Amino acid sequence: MTLTYYLVLAAILFTIGAVGVLVRRNAIVVFMCVELMLNSVNLTLVTFARATGTIDGQIMAFFVMVVAAAEVVVGLAIIMSIYRTRRSASIDDANLLKY
Amino acid sequence: MTDFPFLLLMIAVPAIGAAVVAALPKGRDLLAKQVSLGISLVVLLLAVLATAAFDVGGDRFQLGMAVPWIPDFGVQFALGVDGIALVMLLLIGVLVPVVVGASWRDELPGGRSMTAYFAWLLLLEAFMVGVFAATDVFLFYVFFEAMLVPMYFIIGSFGGPRRQYAAVKFFLYSLVGGLIMLAAVIGLYVVSNSQLGEGTFAFDALRGLEIDPGVQKLLFLGFFIAFAIKAPLVPFHTWLPDSGSEAPIGGAVLLVGVLDKVGTFGFLRYCLPLFPDASRYFAPFVLVLAVAGILYAALLAMGQSDMKRLVAYTSISHFGFIALGIFAFTTEAGTGAVLYMVNHGIATGLLFLVVGMLIARGGSRQIGDYGGVAAKAPLLAGAFLLAGLASLALPGTNSFVSEFLVLIGSFPTRPVFTILATAGIILAALYILLMYQRTMHGPARGVLLADDVEPPAPAGHGATATLTAPKRSLRVLDLDRRELAIVAPLVALIIVLGVYPQPLLNLIEPAVAATMSDLGGSD
Amino acid sequence: MSETLPAEGLLGWSWLLIALPLAGAAVLLLGGRRTDRWGHLLGTATVVASFVVGLLCTFQLAGLDEKSVSVDLFTFISSGDLDIRAGLLYDPLSAAFVLLITGVGSLIHIYSIGYMAHDDGRRRFFAYLNLFVAAMLLLVLGNSFVALYVGWEGVGLASYLLIAFWYTRPAAATAAKKAFIMNRVGDVGLALAIFLMFAQLGTTDYAGVFGEIGTVAGGTVTAIGLLLLLGACGKSGQFPLQAWLPDAMEGPTPVSALIHAATMVTAGVYLIARCSPIYDETPTARTVVLAVGALTLLIGAIAGCAYDDIKKVLAYSTVSQIGYMFLAVGLGPAGYVAGLAHLYAHGFFKAGLFLGAGSVMHAMNDQVDMRRYGGLWKKMPITFATFGLGYLALIGIWPLAGAFTKDAIIEAALDRHDTFGYLLAGIAVLGAGLTAFYMTRLMLMTFFGRPRWEDGVHPHESPVVMTLPMIVLAVGSVASGFLLVSAFPLSDWMAPVFGEPEEAAHVIAPATVLLIVTVVSLLGIALAWLFVGRREIPVTAPVRVSPVTRAARNALYADTVNESLFMRPGQWLTRALVFVDNRGVDGAVNGLAATLGGSSSRLGRAQTGFVRSYALGMLGGAVLVAGALLAVTAG
Repeated sequence: MTLTYYLVLAAILFTIGAVGVLVRRNAIVVFMCVELMLNSVNLTLVTFARATGTIDGQIMAFFVMVVAAAEVVVGLAIIMSIYRTRRSASIDDANLLKY
Repeated sequence: MTDFPFLLLMIAVPAIGAAVVAALPKGRDLLAKQVSLGISLVVLLLAVLATAAFDVGGDRFQLGMAVPWIPDFGVQFALGVDGIALVMLLLIGVLVPVVVGASWRDELPGGRSMTAYFAWLLLLEAFMVGVFAATDVFLFYVFFEAMLVPMYFIIGSFGGPRRQYAAVKFFLYSLVGGLIMLAAVIGLYVVSNSQLGEGTFAFDALRGLEIDPGVQKLLFLGFFIAFAIKAPLVPFHTWLPDSGSEAPIGGAVLLVGVLDKVGTFGFLRYCLPLFPDASRYFAPFVLVLAVAGILYAALLAMGQSDMKRLVAYTSISHFGFIALGIFAFTTEAGTGAVLYMVNHGIATGLLFLVVGMLIARGGSRQIGDYGGVAAKAPLLAGAFLLAGLASLALPGTNSFVSEFLVLIGSFPTRPVFTILATAGIILAALYILLMYQRTMHGPARGVLLADDVEPPAPAGHGATATLTAPKRSLRVLDLDRRELAIVAPLVALIIVLGVYPQPLLNLIEPAVAATMSDLGGSD
Repeated sequence: MSETLPAEGLLGWSWLLIALPLAGAAVLLLGGRRTDRWGHLLGTATVVASFVVGLLCTFQLAGLDEKSVSVDLFTFISSGDLDIRAGLLYDPLSAAFVLLITGVGSLIHIYSIGYMAHDDGRRRFFAYLNLFVAAMLLLVLGNSFVALYVGWEGVGLASYLLIAFWYTRPAAATAAKKAFIMNRVGDVGLALAIFLMFAQLGTTDYAGVFGEIGTVAGGTVTAIGLLLLLGACGKSGQFPLQAWLPDAMEGPTPVSALIHAATMVTAGVYLIARCSPIYDETPTARTVVLAVGALTLLIGAIAGCAYDDIKKVLAYSTVSQIGYMFLAVGLGPAGYVAGLAHLYAHGFFKAGLFLGAGSVMHAMNDQVDMRRYGGLWKKMPITFATFGLGYLALIGIWPLAGAFTKDAIIEAALDRHDTFGYLLAGIAVLGAGLTAFYMTRLMLMTFFGRPRWEDGVHPHESPVVMTLPMIVLAVGSVASGFLLVSAFPLSDWMAPVFGEPEEAAHVIAPATVLLIVTVVSLLGIALAWLFVGRREIPVTAPVRVSPVTRAARNALYADTVNESLFMRPGQWLTRALVFVDNRGVDGAVNGLAATLGGSSSRLGRAQTGFVRSYALGMLGGAVLVAGALLAVTAG
């Protein structure tokens, strides 16, 4: 069983996503990186589900996908409205919510 | 008759009254006042009837009732009074109508409606009755914290210029104490759970516990700090001068007259019987705080220029006497301390009211803004002097009896502390007479001076004609009928209880003796 | 002490003595302006009625075998072991005081009708006077120390109200406060004595305390005696609490006569005489009483020589004379009766002197400076005659009252047969000389010499309602000494209280004592004439005077000591504590609140608003949690 390959792939994807979230300024890119992280987790879940022979992990992956879809809808709507008011999709420009 | 739910009614009637008054449309101030007065008089009547139904020689707690409230944790809605709580209920019954009457003419800047004020007053009355009548420690705690809410709004919405500061300070201080007490209450529950097999908050059951001395000390401190803040004892006292001076007069009377007594009441009801070993262990420390408070607050009172702050400091000094009486562990001193709680409510209540009447005339709280008022307002001056004399415990006034009992009862067990406390009566004479002399005696001066319309009346024989600056004299009205009606019952109580205090002592003494036997019986 | 029986007959009604004037005070105070027109008459009537009741009670008492009856009224305070019943004790000692208080009180009430006729506050004045009489009667009639204490502070209150009667004068208001405070210092002593009695004996009534005092340890008895003495010193204006009494002269003159000469200030003497069973057990305390009496006697007499204010001279004279009484009662059984006889005689002549002074002031537009008097004997013959008799009685010219009573005290001191006794007698004789000096000075400055009146002053004799009491008191000043010492000896009347009088073996014959005192007094008179009578008196007091005079004018710096030792440090302490409380105690609390608020706003700075830094934080947190989990599972 080559569990390791799947897990390493998931870890690489997760890392790419995390780094992307931290270093990129464009909100759309950050958003995609978040999706990347979510999907890497999904991959892990499915992997373990297959390995243990239960379907719990697969069900969890579906949950994550549903939540991710909802999140994409709300998130893109927010980004759109920010872009409309500020003419910018850089997340560093939207820093009003502070102390 | 003893099955009649006096205590429940004394909580329910003002609580419902508060809801009714709060529901009145804005602007119906007069109706709100009338309803409040009526309700508070009903509570007074209930308190008197409850006293009549109370059997002095009977059980320790009477007029009781108990229904399960939160059965999972053994919490009961249990009420009942002993002599100590009963006299406090009488005090509440007397003071609230007086306070309603005293607030009759209070006005808010901008013509804001006062209905909310009276609603809060009635709600406060309900909670105060509850706190004294509760025989379940958890219920006591709930009322103890609930009292804060109406008082917070009374100070914060209807007080003086720095009311927000004072209200927040009052609330935070009390809350800190209350939360520490909550921890101790829970600790008691845990101990009862391990000793009795099932947890309970019932006072009578908790009294029978044999608590480990180390645990006792911790639990004692939990209760003690809450009560010491409430009472207040030095050094937990600094909230009182702010609250007392910023609160509206009615609120200040109830704050100092009744609310703070919960602290000293708590010492006697909870600290001593529940934690006898810890009480004995900590008694010397408490006595140091008490006696230091008597002298320290008295000296501070002398240094105040604000009359309401001065009265607040005198109260701190008086609370020292009460604490001395309680922690001297003799029946005489304990009885005196409880009587002191009642008498102080009446005497200091009157002093606050009279000071408030003077402030209402002059618009200033500063002593230096008044002078020679006695010449134009003899009734006001007379009431002021009598309240002051009661505050300095002159024989013939009610406070003398209680102060004398506290001191003579404490002397056999604690001579040194008593001697120091007795020196406090000199300071008491000083701070009262200084304030009286500066405001009432001497030549006319201050904010009440106004230009004369007619030439000044010729001075009497002996009173030389150099009294007033030319063409200016005091313009001050003496007490009107409403104010006389407020002052008269308190004056009458001061004199009557000063000459014949025995009926109250008969109520108080058995309960105090029982408390002292709790204290002595468990080691 | 003889057996005390429950009262029967009229004596059972002796509470009326207190109730009558108390009711008078209540009616006058509560009645308001409605009672203005007849208030003074009611006030006088209640005291006269009290006097009549007192006379009848005393006659009944004289007819009883056991001359001590008690009236039990009601339970005052009862709790635990403490059981205080309100009750009265009518025995020869209290009877004597009742008659003095109500008798002199009646006369002074009558006098005040005239003296206060033009004062707006006359009703209030009579109300306070009635209150005083009631409290004073309670003081002497109470059958326990608690009842005495109630009366004790009650007279203090009445004294406060009456000194501050003209309260718009700052001096009067301040003097009243001073009197009350200094009295309170004494009251603390009395209160502590009561606490000590209760702690030791479990009771506070006279019968219980005096019956059991022998069982108490000597040191404790001495402590009780000294504490009682502190109380007595406060009330009676004795060293070190004497400074309030001269200031108390700010009150109307009838008040000075009744309260600050004849009755209230002698309460200390009453207390010590009443507590004779206690002092019999403690020679130490008794010695202190003697020392206080002797010292005060001299202080009062010296200060009396220097003042120009007629009432202050009389006030210091009172201080000095009460010193004599303390000296007498400090001597023990030999002196009690002598002291009380002097108290009685002093009640007559000093009240008469004060009323005379009031009459003079009345005529001189309330001028009190003797330098603005002079030559008044022609204008005011009755005042002059009654004042003169009081003067002779005070300085002890035979056969007036002072001669008998003062000599009795000196004899009692000599009968101690020791050096201390001779020293005391010497001080007393010296005091007599000083008394003669300052009183003669007062007489010369007031009634003789050239008139030094201010413009527009037209002296006239006072109305009958004022002169009549003065005449009665003058008769008392003349006769009371002879009556009380020789004709109807007070010692026989007081025998049930202090025991049968003993015939002491005199070292120096009474006649010799009389001769010595008379010679010394005449010397004082002669000196006064030399200093004052011979030459013209300047209308303003000379400024450049010897240090001795300056010290005497400042009453030996009693006020200075009080101020620099208590008042100023007290004010400083108060100010310092106010600072500590506001900045220290309250500052700590507010500082804690400020620290919490400050740190929360500083921590808030971490919320930069940059999403990516939040994300980094989250990542860091997740790594930490994961690392911790790994460490736990691995380790």
